[in-house]
Formats: sequence, structure tokens, C-alpha cells
Amino acid sequence: MNLSLSITKNIHDWLFNMMPETLASLVEMTLIALIYLTIFAVIGLFLVLLERKVAAWFQLRIGPNRVGYHGILQTMADALKLVSKELTGTVNADKFLYNLAPYFVIITALMALAVLPFSLEFQAFDINIGIFFLIAISSIGVIGILLAGWSSNNKFALIGAMRSGVQTISYELSVGLSLLTMILITGTLQLSEIVEVQRNGWLIVQGHIPAVFAFMIYMISGTAETNRAPFDLVEAESELGAGFHTEYSGMKFAYFFLAEFVNMFIIASIATTIFFGAWLSPFGITESLPWLGVFWFLGKTLILMFLMMWFRWTFPRLRIDQLLTLEWKYLLPLNLMNIVLMALIVWLNLTIQF
Amino acid sequence: METTTINNNFKSEEYFINMGPQHPATHGVLRLLLTIDGETIKKVEPDLGYIHRSIEKMCERDSYQQIVHLTDRMDYLSSNINNEAVCLAVENALQIEVPERVKVIRTIIGELTRIASHNLWWGVMGMDVGALTTYFYAFRDREMINDIFEETCGARLTMNYNIPGGLMFDIHPNFVKRVKEFITHFKTKLPEYDTLLTNNVIFQKRMRGVGMLSKEDAISYGASGPVGRGSGYSCDVRKLHPYSALDKVTFNEALRTEGDSFARYEVRIQEMWESMAIVEQLIDNIPEGDYQVETNAVIKLPKGEFYQKVETARGELGVYIISTGTKNPYRLKFRSPGFSNLSLLNHIAVGGKIGDLVASMATLDLVIPDIDR
Repeated sequence: MNLSLSITKNIHDWLFNMMPETLASLVEMTLIALIYLTIFAVIGLFLVLLERKVAAWFQLRIGPNRVGYHGILQTMADALKLVSKELTGTVNADKFLYNLAPYFVIITALMALAVLPFSLEFQAFDINIGIFFLIAISSIGVIGILLAGWSSNNKFALIGAMRSGVQTISYELSVGLSLLTMILITGTLQLSEIVEVQRNGWLIVQGHIPAVFAFMIYMISGTAETNRAPFDLVEAESELGAGFHTEYSGMKFAYFFLAEFVNMFIIASIATTIFFGAWLSPFGITESLPWLGVFWFLGKTLILMFLMMWFRWTFPRLRIDQLLTLEWKYLLPLNLMNIVLMALIVWLNLTIQF
Repeated sequence: METTTINNNFKSEEYFINMGPQHPATHGVLRLLLTIDGETIKKVEPDLGYIHRSIEKMCERDSYQQIVHLTDRMDYLSSNINNEAVCLAVENALQIEVPERVKVIRTIIGELTRIASHNLWWGVMGMDVGALTTYFYAFRDREMINDIFEETCGARLTMNYNIPGGLMFDIHPNFVKRVKEFITHFKTKLPEYDTLLTNNVIFQKRMRGVGMLSKEDAISYGASGPVGRGSGYSCDVRKLHPYSALDKVTFNEALRTEGDSFARYEVRIQEMWESMAIVEQLIDNIPEGDYQVETNAVIKLPKGEFYQKVETARGELGVYIISTGTKNPYRLKFRSPGFSNLSLLNHIAVGGKIGDLVASMATLDLVIPDIDR
């Protein structure tokens, strides 16, 4: 598998000239891991701040504005507080699983980050089953939540975890099927190739009607996958207190919190990659400046994340049976019909290409 | 534990869960003992006593002027109406006729209190079903009422503006102007409540057909206020037994016949409109005159039993005084609306999901210090 990062070609060559091959690979992997960890932390911290600011705009408030310029360092201060907090736990918790659970959640989020095409060749792990890998990884994350709810020996946490299990298993189908609809156009699962296909027009334009449907279904089920409102039954505050992470404190809680926001970023990035041409600029206006790709990628992702925040601060929460009804009775049949429609359109060459 | 069998294939077991006394949805220190099967509620047992302060016993020790202060701490969201109830009871017992000015001001303040209380309920209602923005919309408007109260009597929540025999002070010169400002403001903002929450599809799905309460059950459980009126039980004390200046105004009693959570929700929204209408009718012609009549420094009620009921934001509040002719009541009983409304929680929540319990509990609009006096 291709583990090298092309943007770091020079560093790569230099490392391999300097030391034996095995050592050089190890050093390189460590370096990439560190870079991605940094990206992870920055995304998490930025998104928490953004969420609080967006929430404030929706709610006629000002939001954090005391720490740093316009509250920019607020999340830093929060993180510092959480790091320095004592880690408490319940006496009768299953200690091993209780401590393991947060890492499940955070590691899967980090792994998913590795395959995202931030820009031309700015992708740590460009495998030929990219989409498949993303779907697989995102379903492992729920194990962490289930473990957290089960092991903390708390009924509220258990109900939250069970809800999460039900919800993720259901909505994974819709996420997978809506992405599958788009794969019919691209004919490949590799993310970099999916982006290349979109040089002839973003997939949401190429696939027109079924693509728009697929996008809507994807955004709904993606929001459900990240356990955010209106699908936040897992940690429904007014019903379950804090849901599955009731018994967690300090940094372990922060892992769950951070993972939620990074998952939101991942869901939005996948949508950007599949529907909106990833790092490609609209109408190729900055084709000659490929380094602007990161800007376009993050810009589009930011718009989609704003959409998800908009959901959260506007809609009330669904009930558990309504949640399942929405998925199994409406989204899933619609999705299956949509796939047939898309297959027909691809077969009859009715896609729009520039 | 009882084991039930579903479809002969799956076995499920009931379990207990403690909701409260520290829980975000119980709005205070109410403890609910839930018996749950999966997510389905089998039984709800409210457990009270976590904020009991023996207010009724303290009333036996205090003079009638002091009792008024204690009522603030019962249903703190309609404190001014509670004050009015005690004052009316004492005035009726002493057969004092308060000036017209006092009656009108009491009614205006009472209706403003009702709007403020429903405002807060609406915000919290949204939060209970997961829409967090409602809270801040509601507080934007409620803040204006609280500012008016603060200017009038110095307090924002526990006002103590009423005393037996009238009002503690006259209204502030700005009062009329600011109330009018508020009414104009709130008339443009109340439709926003509908756009944000009432017309939301998810919200309607959560509320319609949930927490059903028939008219017969409403009557037999002693439901009052918006809870009773949501089930078609016409029980508005302001209509049936008008007090203060309420006999001089025209307003509609908000009434729905569906009996579900959404009906109770709609009743409260309509009541805000009706309260605004009442304030509008009175605010322009507050009669001139004294703001209180002279009473003795030590009020001694004649020997006997006296009862006065008023309509607070939550329902019918009754004040029952037994006097032996001394400066303290021999016994004082409050019939609080929240207590009766809480008693039907088990009735409306059984069979629903945990989410339904929270939603229907929010429509009962419980204030725990009112239940636990």
C-alpha cells in the first residue's frame, strides 16, 4: 500500500537517503501521525468554538468573548481545564472497558481522517477502497459508545448506549446506500479518482435529480451517525442527563466530545468529496493554483458543517420510534428507488457533463 | 421482577430507574421512580419532599402581612398572583373594599406575571423536546416584563407587591409607557414562537396524540389551569369567579378538546394572547385614587373559615383560612394547582416512551416548590 505523502516528497527522499529503509519508514509514519494528530486537535478545538459562536448567533447571544480576541482561545482554556481535571469513575464500573471506550471513539475518528483528500496529493492514505474504508471505520466508532454505556454501570448510560447502537446500525444503511448511489457514476471507490471524475462537473450536478436526493438522504443520516440534534437521543440531555458519557470526566469526556466534532467534520468532508468536488474549485477558477485546494475543501466542508449546526440549533429531538420509522419506512425505500433511478440514468447516459 | 413475553420469542424485563431529584427534565427537585420496559414507561411514581419548607405550618406562626411573603416562594413564577390570593382572602374576611386603582393594577400585574410564566414555560418546553434555541427567545421577552416589575417594586421574581388592603407602593411613572412598549414588542415576537417551534414537523409529531387526558379524567384528578382546559374542561377561575378587575374586561377562555400535549401547549400560547388583550384593555385607563386603604397594624381576622381562589399561570390556587379571631390563622391550607396536575402524570405517561414522559411532563408546567410547600 502506498503510505507516502507526495507533498512531503522531498522529506521522504531525504529520510530514505539518511537512514536504513525500515527506520526511515518508521520515522515517516510517526511524522505523518503527528501531523494528523495536530490537524485532529485543531479541527476539534476550532469546531467547538465555531459551534458555540454559531449557537450564540442563533440564540441572540454573543457567545464566548472573554479569553483571547473575541474568545478565540476559549476552547484552548477549556481543553486545559479538562486535561488538568481529576479522572473520576464509578466503583462498580468494568475498569478495563471503561478506560478503553474513549480510545475506540477517538482512534476511529482519527483513522477516517487519514483517507480524506484535503488537496491534490494531500492525502495520507489513498487506498483503492476509500469509501468502503470510511464506512467500515465509522461503524467501529459506535463500539466505543456501546462499551462506554455498558461498562460505566449506569442505567442512563446504558439506555443511551443502546439507543446509539440502534441508531447507528439503522442509519449506516442510508449512509452507505446514498454513497453507493454516487459510486454508480464514478465507477471507483478510490477517493482521489472520485475527485478526478468531478473535473467534468461536481457529482451533484452530474447526477442531477437522484444526486440531490442522495445528498439530502446523506445529510440526514450523516447527522444521525454523528449523534447530533435532531438525532441526539444518545445524549438527550432532558431525558438521560448526559447519556452514554454520564460517568466520564476530564480528558476521557473530552475524547468523546472531540470525537463528536471530528466526526461531524468527517461526515461533512465525505459529502464535500462525493458531491461537491472535494478540493476542486467551482468552474475551475483556480485551476492554476493547486495549493488553493485546501482552501476550497475546507470552505465547502465549513458550509456543510454550518448546515449541520443549523439543524442542531433549530430542530427539536425525535423520539426513538420516530427515529426508526424515519429510517426504515422512509429513507431506506427512497434510497433503494434512488439507486435504481441513478442506475438508469447512468445506463442511458443522462448524466450532465461539462 | 415481572417478566413479560413479547411475540413468544423475546423476553423483556422491567427495571427501575430514578429520574431525579437532580435531573434536567424535572425542573427542580422532583424525584420520579420509573418502571421501564426497554424504553416504554410502565409506571411513574412521583416522590416529593425534597424542597418541603413547611410553609403552611409557618403561616400559623406569622401575621397576615407576613404570610403574603411566604406565598412568593411557592409558585415563584406566578408569585404576584399568589400574593393576590392571600390578600383577597384577608380583604374579603375583613370586608375591606380596595380602591378601583388597586384592582386594575393588580389585574395588569397579574396578567403580566402570567405572560412571563408562560414565556419561561415555553422556553423550557422547547428544551425538553430538544430545541435549545427557544429558551433564549423566551427570555428575551420575559426580561422586559421583569424589568417593568423591577422598576415598579424593586424585585424581579418574588415581588411582594400586594399587601392586605392594597399595594405596597404606587406604580412607577414609567409603568404605563413600558407596558405599552412591551405589548407592541411582544405582539411581533409571539408569532416567532410559532415559526420556531409550534409549526415544526418534529415538534408536532412529538406532541400530538401524546399524553392523552380525557375531560372526565381531568375533572376526577382535579386538574386545573391550562392542563384542564387542554382537555376541554372549562375551569378558568377568572371567568367563573372573577376577582379584582377581571369582571370589567372581555377575553376568551383558551379551550381545546383534544386533551393531548399539543392541546395543552396551544392553550398556553393562546393564553398569552388573551393576557395581552386584558392588559391592553386596562392599561389606558388606570383610575386615579389611593393605592391602598388603611388597615390596622395588627390584622385580626374574625372567627370563621374563609376561602379565596385565583387563577395562577398553572391553574387554580385556593387559600383556605381558619381563623379563631387572633392575629395568626389557626390553620391555613393552600390548594396548589401543581400538586393535582402532578398526580395525573402516571395516568398520561404510562405506555409512552421516555421521550414522551419528558414532553408530557413539560406540558404540565410543574413548579416543584408549588407542589412541595
